[in-house]
Amino acid sequence: MKINNYQIGDEIPSLNINPISRSMLALYAEASGDHNPIHIDIDFAKKSGLSDVIAHGMLVMSFLAQAITNIFPQESIKKFDSKFISMTNINDILTCEGKVIDIELKDSIKKLFLNLVVLDELGVKKLSGSAIIELIES
Amino acid sequence: MLDRSLIGKSYPEIIFSVEKQRLKLFAKATQQSNPIYFDEVFAKKNGYPSILAPLTFLTTVGYDQGKPYQYLQDLGVPIGNILHASQEYTNYDSIYAGDELRMESRIGEIYDKKEGMLEFVSFVSKYKNQKRILVAESVSTIVLRNNENK
Repeated sequence: MKINNYQIGDEIPSLNINPISRSMLALYAEASGDHNPIHIDIDFAKKSGLSDVIAHGMLVMSFLAQAITNIFPQESIKKFDSKFISMTNINDILTCEGKVIDIELKDSIKKLFLNLVVLDELGVKKLSGSAIIELIES
Repeated sequence: MLDRSLIGKSYPEIIFSVEKQRLKLFAKATQQSNPIYFDEVFAKKNGYPSILAPLTFLTTVGYDQGKPYQYLQDLGVPIGNILHASQEYTNYDSIYAGDELRMESRIGEIYDKKEGMLEFVSFVSKYKNQKRILVAESVSTIVLRNNENK
């Protein structure tokens, strides 16, 4: 679908992510500079009361970002928010989804309001978010 | 309870060079499929001045310093007891490889829920590029789990 054709209620194509692995978390720690050991050191995670390391929330949010930028040019994305609902664990299989919930048209600028969610393979919500996209109405 | 007097405390400006290699590594770690995030030739062919920084890349700016968790230390928060509660980005302009960003940050809000069992701290940052253009703002909120300490 062309980006200008999105209507209220339309969903963007969902993005499926490979199972979360320890090496994914180690690579993200290196790339982001977030070396909080709760994401890479199982001994530290256990001392902190968890049964294992957990994924960086920002890694999950980065996957979600890609679900949006797969459809809309990044420069059209004016706001992007996430609430981290539950922990993402090793081997979780995530799916990123988004839906247009409102549209405003003003001075030939079309504003799309998206509701976003990341779920695991059991349907448990990991993250809920929103985005505001601004398109020039042709 | 966290010290509410630290609300509004600001932190020294951080200067961050957006390097091509770092963007490539970040694109790999976040499994970007679009080459505008890692292939300079492709990016330029598509009208971008260089590799584009993805939406969540700004998170790296705050970590790229000697003491990335300084505000948590100031609050006396053990890093093993925090979780990332929410993250907001407002985008004004794009960020590319070769840009030099300046980040200014402050502690935004401190509040609690569930009778103090959960305490929240928001960290507010503004990012300007080398042209002094405000490119983005972010609000990062962490939650402190107090239950284990009682």
